[in-house]
Amino acid sequence: MNYSYKVPCTKEKLKDIRHFISDVLSKHGIPEVQISTLVLAVDEVCANLIIHGHDCNPNDSIEISIAVKDDVIVFDIIDEGDVFDIEKYQEPSLGEIIKKKRKGGIGLILVRKIMDKIEVIPKDDCNICRLTKNYKSS
Amino acid sequence: MIDITKNVDDGVLVLGVVGDVDASSSIELDNAIKEALEEGSQKIIVNCKNLSYISSAGLGVFMSYIQELESKNVKMVICHLNEKVEGVFQILGLDQLLKIVSSEDEAKKIINEL
Repeated sequence: MNYSYKVPCTKEKLKDIRHFISDVLSKHGIPEVQISTLVLAVDEVCANLIIHGHDCNPNDSIEISIAVKDDVIVFDIIDEGDVFDIEKYQEPSLGEIIKKKRKGGIGLILVRKIMDKIEVIPKDDCNICRLTKNYKSS
Repeated sequence: MIDITKNVDDGVLVLGVVGDVDASSSIELDNAIKEALEEGSQKIIVNCKNLSYISSAGLGVFMSYIQELESKNVKMVICHLNEKVEGVFQILGLDQLLKIVSSEDEAKKIINEL
């Protein structure tokens, strides 16, 4: 089954995005604890794209598509504009974050710990950030 | 949106966080802790009983104060995390860097021993 949801690029929409993901995964009987970590990972990617990729511009939009298959769940986060390549993003260490008192930068550490695969797929007119989770394996 | 309640009980400032702390609302948690430090609070309990969600933006707020708390010798204890929120702290190992206990009573007990 495929589901998709499109919202303007504002931080206030993150809560709606989380509800959408949670509703879809609940329908498929994914355990609650696993849903909460998957919701977190997608929230982190969306927050990064909305803030760093689109400067919270409400005229831009971001689309989240979820494909629930037999053994994997694939989340595509699709936006237009310059690609914000989270794969190339150099994450700081926890020590650095504490020392420099920076408040951001740890989201992608979470995404990498939660998801099994992260891909950035540039297309002609949009960018796809694809997060894959093997869900029967865990 | 989050709500933050403030109570002073026997010299301990108790901040109650209500709602979802994400990229849009983490600034409010940040401001509350900043204000507490500016006001000279020496003992702070963050009660997360009604915190339903936290993302890295919220974790980042807690982490960004670790050094300042140490240098000012301010004690901070986080309590009452629900299972999901606690899981997020654990994914990054923050449960090792911050003092986290299960109830406000326990927090009050240990904050005087830290």
